Amino acid sequence: MPTTDRVHEAVAAVYRSESRRVLATLIRLLGDFDLAEDALHEAFRAALEQWPRDGVPANPRAWLVSAGRFKAIDNLRRLARFDALDETGARAEVAVDGRAAWADEEGIEDDRFRLIFTCCHPALSADAQVALTLREVCGLITEEIARAFLTPAPTLAQRIVRAKAKIRQARIPYEVPAREELPARLDAVLRVVCLVFNEGYAASSGPAVTRHDLSAEAIRLGRLLVELLPEPEAIGLLALMLLHDSRRAARASASGDLVLLEDQDRALWDREQIAEGVGLVERALSSHPVGPYAIQVAIAAVHAKASSSAATDWAEIVGLYDVLLQTVPSPVIELNRAVAVAMRDGPATGLALVEAILDRGELKDYRLAHAARADFCRRLGRTADARASYERALALTEQEPERRFLERRLAELRT
Amino acid sequence: MKYLCLVYMEADKLRAVPDGECAACGDGFRKSGLLIAAEALQPVETATTVRVRNGNVSITDGPFAETKEQLVGFYLIEARDLNDAIRVAAKIPPAREGSVEVRPVRELQP
Repeated sequence: MPTTDRVHEAVAAVYRSESRRVLATLIRLLGDFDLAEDALHEAFRAALEQWPRDGVPANPRAWLVSAGRFKAIDNLRRLARFDALDETGARAEVAVDGRAAWADEEGIEDDRFRLIFTCCHPALSADAQVALTLREVCGLITEEIARAFLTPAPTLAQRIVRAKAKIRQARIPYEVPAREELPARLDAVLRVVCLVFNEGYAASSGPAVTRHDLSAEAIRLGRLLVELLPEPEAIGLLALMLLHDSRRAARASASGDLVLLEDQDRALWDREQIAEGVGLVERALSSHPVGPYAIQVAIAAVHAKASSSAATDWAEIVGLYDVLLQTVPSPVIELNRAVAVAMRDGPATGLALVEAILDRGELKDYRLAHAARADFCRRLGRTADARASYERALALTEQEPERRFLERRLAELRT
Repeated sequence: MKYLCLVYMEADKLRAVPDGECAACGDGFRKSGLLIAAEALQPVETATTVRVRNGNVSITDGPFAETKEQLVGFYLIEARDLNDAIRVAAKIPPAREGSVEVRPVRELQP
């Protein structure tokens, strides 16, 4: 029946746009992640049954929260009859008492913050914080998170189960931290938001170069964080995400192929987003010492201001990478710096730097390190070396457009 | 909810935290209604480990595990949640020299 199909589509659309908000509120009302997840699924099952008959409600989010809550209370009461300790009965009462403003818009945005800060609680391991945030706040499935972190899916699933058990057993509260605790707690949240954005901006696998839903989610989280706590590093991360995301339309061709920064049609860059990002740079750079996100956004701003790759101030970019490396030593940042040095001084200098990094072994399985080496060798006319590195990068990539790009380069080297 | 705050310190740092300060801290917790019990412990050299295997009691000198930091005392506290317990634990004087492990208390199942 076409009407039923339309309603099913509407339910699917509401699931995409509202399920995480509904979950965040259900966790507060029910006081437990697993109960809330079950309630969320029951609420959507009820929607699939009732909406085709009764029509899509005016406020689907409120309907789903209400349905989920009642389903959970029913289940808890049924369990309580068999439960000698009556602990679940007490939980059901808590859930019934949680009437307070569950449909109120502001309260629901607060719930998303409670969820973020709980998932990024420092009592959880760093790995668990990231996994839990991507699972619960962003709704990624375990396999997607596992690929993003090059971790087997069962390991990742176990990590999430353990984190939820710790939240329950150690009673990590579902709250936004007190003002005086916020700055320290914010760092963990920013790191997680940054990782979510990266997964959306350069999807580790799958058919597309970018996964705009994830980038948009990260930017949305970034905006909310800046609103809550306008700290320079939160502003820096938001500006950084805006500037990177502004190039989205130019990063893939009409056929979905990867377009490198130097070949991008800069007319496709989102000028509005660039203006917003560049407008935030000064505020981001206002702290002492300047934080890593602020330095990265300064680099992104240099790119955003240049009319072409050739017109880019590469010396400025190399200088900023030097500052960044002093703040956060990392082989990936060294690799980025090597690429900037190559743009300033030529591919031979870049190649020497990249080979030194590869020799140290930390990036031996990092596809972009091999792709950079391949590109420098290609420019230097060292065809056999270029081919070997493109093949190595190709073996390591799980993203379709990246695979096609590398295959194209390899084909060009054969002719 | 109850949390046990286990206080660990290296032996040579013990003198850096005067007893009087720890006593005052415990009194403060008690007055705020946070404290269920707190004690300082004799040094680890005085410890005896007891095991029962096949009905036989075996006794060995020393603690179960040798680590650089040793258990020097504990506070059993009542707290609303982990954040609350962390705030209390951060006020325990040896936290600035050693470390405090915050463990939720488990109710025994009937």
